[in-house]
Amino acid sequence: MLIRKPEKISESEVTPYELYLNRRKFIGRAGRIALLAAVAPGSVSACDFAGKEAEATEAGGQEDKLTPYEDVTTYNNFYEFGTGKGDPARNAGPLVTRPWTVEVTGHCERPGEYAVEDILGRFPPEDRIYRLRCVEAWSMVIPWMGFPLKDLLSWVQPTSRAEFVEFTTLYDPEQMPGQRRRVLDWPYVEGLRMDEAMHPLTLMATGLYGKELPNQNGAPLRLVVPWKYGFKSIKSIVRIRLVEDMPSTSWNLAIPNEYGFYANVNPEVDHPRWSQARERRLGELRRRPTLMFNGYAEEVASLYAGMDLRRWY
Amino acid sequence: MAALRLGVWALGLGPLVWTGVRIATGNLGANPVEELLHWSGRWGLILLLVGLTITPLRRLTGWNRIIKVRRTVGLFAFSYVSLHLCLYLALDQGLAWSFILEDVTERPFITSGFLAFLLLVPLAVTSTKGWIRRLGRRWQKLHRLVYLAAGLGVLHFYWKVKADTFWPLVAAAVLAFLLLVRIRWKGHRNAPG
Repeated sequence: MLIRKPEKISESEVTPYELYLNRRKFIGRAGRIALLAAVAPGSVSACDFAGKEAEATEAGGQEDKLTPYEDVTTYNNFYEFGTGKGDPARNAGPLVTRPWTVEVTGHCERPGEYAVEDILGRFPPEDRIYRLRCVEAWSMVIPWMGFPLKDLLSWVQPTSRAEFVEFTTLYDPEQMPGQRRRVLDWPYVEGLRMDEAMHPLTLMATGLYGKELPNQNGAPLRLVVPWKYGFKSIKSIVRIRLVEDMPSTSWNLAIPNEYGFYANVNPEVDHPRWSQARERRLGELRRRPTLMFNGYAEEVASLYAGMDLRRWY
Repeated sequence: MAALRLGVWALGLGPLVWTGVRIATGNLGANPVEELLHWSGRWGLILLLVGLTITPLRRLTGWNRIIKVRRTVGLFAFSYVSLHLCLYLALDQGLAWSFILEDVTERPFITSGFLAFLLLVPLAVTSTKGWIRRLGRRWQKLHRLVYLAAGLGVLHFYWKVKADTFWPLVAAAVLAFLLLVRIRWKGHRNAPG
């Protein structure tokens, strides 16, 4: 298997990302509003946030407006709570997210069970506005809060044997009614190559719109990998395992010819049953062209240099 | 009879009225286009299956007059399927014909739905008294195509879902049951004695 894997993310690879942040000036303003919301709860409602900051940024010559909080939190794929888009918002309310522990295991120097409060305390949240492109050809723009996964990984110190990171969602059919039916092989498992996991865009999200992460969006801790289809961004994580071999991931196990391990957003590689060339941005009537790597090609394309993306879909 | 007719019209128009209310009050959720597509497809298939239930029900209960509403149910089914197609072409695809052509020719999920629609067109056209008279025995033969159309519709539904095949399988089971009942009756009729 030919996989290019840089030893380390160099400083020069991080810098363009900072530039990227500056170029999209509104992110800074959104951050301030989010901060205001955090320090003075009630002063800024989610609606204000969307209204005031629904200004345009651009990617591929297209406008990116924030998807309203209401849509972000009522239209979800989280099969643990049911397969309908509205099921998670209806059923995830009672999920107990405190206490919550995340087990870090596998090839690292600091394995252990970590309370989510400790993780959140150690890695303060930053604001990130990302496009989210679902494999079903719809998309959103979400103002997340969270910390780069690389900070957590660097802290637990992966050994040289760690080539991949495997994530696991909570398995608890009592709390997660969707798990009472075997729609997927529970618990949900996802994974990233180590260089993908260490990429500065890869986020561990703890909130959105300046608020704590709603249960239906994957509380208390979820992954966000903005250049990959949404199903890679695993929710309600209870285990992070550093492994040598490519993990078997849930959708890949369920329907291997439709859902690959990489699942990079790619308008040129269609899903066997539908086109990936265009997408419907929620709130818009007309479909818009899908961008390579969901518009993050500048930042991540180098991770896949020399790889046949048609084969490694 | 009047009550039966009223019931059938309520079944056919009810979803339309209810959805009209949802549209007017902005209650279609975050992805209205998807919601309308699913809704119209769902009712097209439901009404096709309801239409196919009428003859077995008539045989079972001896309630002969129920046959009088079969055409209405069938035409309502065709209306929802047509609406479904129009929504797909105009709202979902924005009349982007190159994409539509690619969908119809290269994706079995779309091809099956499109074929089901095409099969229903001659049935809707020949549903009038004049055509029934003109076609005679051939009319019944022609209208057996509805089973094929319903089968393709179920397949279209099955191929549409990602992993949760519960409802497509329910639809398949209902269709299979209706088909088996019919084949069984046919067998009895031809049996000696």
